[in-house]
Amino acid sequence: MTLIKTTYNRRSFLKNSALASGGMMLGFSWLAACKPSPEQLISMPEEWFEINGYLKIGDNGLVTIMSPNPEIGQNVKTSMPMIVAEELDVDWKNVIVEQAPLNTAIFKRQLAGGSQSIRQGWDALRMAGATAKHLLKQAAADAWQVPFEEIETSESVITHKATNNTAGYGEMAAFAAKIAVPEQVKLKEKTDFKIIGTSRKNVDAKKIVTGQPLFGLDYEKEGMLIAMIVHPPAFGKKLGDVNDSKARSMPGIRDVFKIQSYKEGGVKAWCDVSAFDNLVVVVGDSTWQVMKAKKALELEWKVSPETENKIGNFRGDTRIQKVPAGLENSESHKLQMANVDKNKIRVARKDGNTEAAFKKAVKIIERTYTCPFLAHNTMEPMNFFADVTEDKADFAGPIQTPEFMEKSAAERFGLPLEKIDIQMTRMGGGFGRRLYGHFLIEAGVISQKMKTPIKLVYTREDDMTNGVYRPAYHAYYRAGLDADNNLIAFHVRAGGIPESPLAANRFPAGAVDNYLAEDWSLDSNITVGAFRAPRSNFIAGAEQSFLDEVAEEAGKDPIDFRLELLKRALEKPVGENNDYEAARYAGVLELVREKSGWDNELSGLHRGVSAYFCHNSYVAQVLDMVIENGKPVIEKVTAAIDCGIVVNPDAAANMAEGGAIDGIGHAMYSEMTFKDGVPEQSNFDRYRLIRHSEAPKYVDTHFVKSDTDPTGLGEPPFPPIMGALANALYKATGERHYHQPFINHVKKETEFKT
Amino acid sequence: MPTYKLKINGDKKIVNVDADTPMLWVLRDHLKLVGTKYGCGIAQCGACTIHIDGTAVRSCQTPVSVAADYKITTIEGLSEKGDHPVQKAWLEIDVPQCGYCQAGQIMSASALLKANSNPTDEEIDAVMNGNICRCGTYTRIKKAIKIAAKSINA
Ligand code: FES
Ligand code: FES
Repeated sequence: MTLIKTTYNRRSFLKNSALASGGMMLGFSWLAACKPSPEQLISMPEEWFEINGYLKIGDNGLVTIMSPNPEIGQNVKTSMPMIVAEELDVDWKNVIVEQAPLNTAIFKRQLAGGSQSIRQGWDALRMAGATAKHLLKQAAADAWQVPFEEIETSESVITHKATNNTAGYGEMAAFAAKIAVPEQVKLKEKTDFKIIGTSRKNVDAKKIVTGQPLFGLDYEKEGMLIAMIVHPPAFGKKLGDVNDSKARSMPGIRDVFKIQSYKEGGVKAWCDVSAFDNLVVVVGDSTWQVMKAKKALELEWKVSPETENKIGNFRGDTRIQKVPAGLENSESHKLQMANVDKNKIRVARKDGNTEAAFKKAVKIIERTYTCPFLAHNTMEPMNFFADVTEDKADFAGPIQTPEFMEKSAAERFGLPLEKIDIQMTRMGGGFGRRLYGHFLIEAGVISQKMKTPIKLVYTREDDMTNGVYRPAYHAYYRAGLDADNNLIAFHVRAGGIPESPLAANRFPAGAVDNYLAEDWSLDSNITVGAFRAPRSNFIAGAEQSFLDEVAEEAGKDPIDFRLELLKRALEKPVGENNDYEAARYAGVLELVREKSGWDNELSGLHRGVSAYFCHNSYVAQVLDMVIENGKPVIEKVTAAIDCGIVVNPDAAANMAEGGAIDGIGHAMYSEMTFKDGVPEQSNFDRYRLIRHSEAPKYVDTHFVKSDTDPTGLGEPPFPPIMGALANALYKATGERHYHQPFINHVKKETEFKT
Repeated sequence: MPTYKLKINGDKKIVNVDADTPMLWVLRDHLKLVGTKYGCGIAQCGACTIHIDGTAVRSCQTPVSVAADYKITTIEGLSEKGDHPVQKAWLEIDVPQCGYCQAGQIMSASALLKANSNPTDEEIDAVMNGNICRCGTYTRIKKAIKIAAKSINA
């Protein structure tokens, strides 16, 4: 029996219910205000009883469950409430889901990032459901004058067999809401799960397919104006003179002015990354009018000197980040990365004696891998609604870090935290881009200046050229084999602009006696940020392509070769800080071997394998390629995943499919390049994202059966596929691929079918 | 500003906007039909797809002055109850991740099936290549289109 401590005492319950005006919504939400569907209307209860911050129960048994975390397409708005519903023992048909308000007094870690929502929410969500169930059972026990232990629940019904009493949750809700919360409650046995582990449809799906307002860009408030910004055309430049006379006189334009988003010299938090703090703003009645006026501005841009940012960390200390002057070029980036100054290289991990081992090696394999900067390109461009007055600031829009941006906004607008309200809208993609909320601050500054509610909208061009990119990376690998083709030395030296992608303690660390991992980084004025599976999104593909070549040199099957290394890491690990469980790693490789039919040589099929561990989960993928009309076509991806318990299997499979497709797309087609500081791609005509015909025809996903608590899934399927793609391309075309995007290096005659 | 009489989802609407205003912004800003999405503004992503006389067009590149003569359908008007075979197939397969591109995908797919109720994979690709999904729901979309085709032909 598992007991869990409850974190709501009587007082916090009372406080919460006081917030819920008239027993209704917990804080008014624009999204909740969208009309309920007709089916819901019929079954709307007359009265709601709030049991705890996570849920309320209607007198007719309908249950509203709050989804605490921001939804970026990773399905948390469905799968997090499923966990609450499981412990509550409610019939899923009786559940309505609402996006929770930002309230860190009730909800823990309201953040979408690091693939951690389910993993870190797991206990709190179970506890919320179990607590509510406990109260309902207690209410029934009191009402029927029977012992608590004899009460049973199942799918929204409470029963006491001995006295033949039954009641629906709705009937007991009013009593339950008055009972004191116990110190601890019992959790279900995992083997008794009825909802977790079964596929439940996306709770917003109907609204999505019928075009209902859900996203930040759809947000609307009476009297709201539209605002847009103009930022410098190049990194390393800043705003000079503004001639706005033409723009001002255009129809529908209310004002044109300059703003400073973050105060000069102020401390920025990690989520406040922004390249351009001095901006020109155009405000008007409608989007198209503002877009046209933007083009009529005559702006002067000046070269920016070297500057520095004060970055505050979690502990409250600040560090200085130098922002170099200069207009950077992708071509020179490549040269700089290939010729890094020895003094910049730092040893991150060293086992044994690599140099001595390389001297003994019979074969030495050396390869270098690179990837370019990438723009996140969420399909919904950056935007935010703001209504800032003297004594409060209301925001609404797509943000992965509402908790952190609330603090940034409090700081920027000089208001206490309670006076900042941020409503989370569904997000048209996140991928890390919306961890950085400078657009929320910009919206606030504009609203404050205009003294009206405004919605700040980025054009695709604004979005793509504003920075916060995936860094450019570079990795050099060296491996030494002895006469028996054993891997006796391994060396990785990885760096990037402006950070290294190295994860020194990940595989194959722990599996090789002589192992050396080094990193370096180069400064830049191009801003970067987390991008789906940061760092892993490059190093996984590089490492897994390299291991493929080493296996080939060793004359071994690529899966056998990896399993051999993992066996070593399991039985006699080298070093102590190995950041993975070798058995689970090997488990996904074994599973993908079986499910992909790896051992059956099929003629005409060219296959690449890859496996990686990141964000606490293990993923192995096999990519099958065929040649159709002389061109390589991706037939199928088979994925084996170990992410512990899978909460919502079909949605999890969707994530795995999307991760594979997204990974193939970025490795194959996408890049952001710079010429004299100017991003050379600013829209989808020049920035290539994968399209329908380029996606694998099938993605076949298998999850390792597990009763381990769930771990992340939004990111892990993304990085390894890049290695599987490179390895399959080699089999299909005879060419190894070292530099992303591969399309730049694929010979014309073998170009992908599009 | 000129006045335009529009036929949208079976309703008559009157708007006063500049002649060059794209239908995308007429729908979103002036008529509050926000199901049609902005993704690129240059006919590259398909998020803004609507039907004009039953044909899929990119509303970001369709000025109101051109659209005014035709029958316009948006995602909100594709079916009365959200039960167009394509919408039903989308729900059955649970296609969306973030969902932002999906209205455009559905509008492209439904126009495709209207013109060709039994498309091959290549024909699906040829039409759907104009619609980007950053979340990578392409394989599900293809599956859903085939299910919708089956139910249309049944
Ligand atoms: S917004 Fe029209 S095609 Fe992208
Ligand atoms: S579902 Fe997110 S862009 Fe397609």
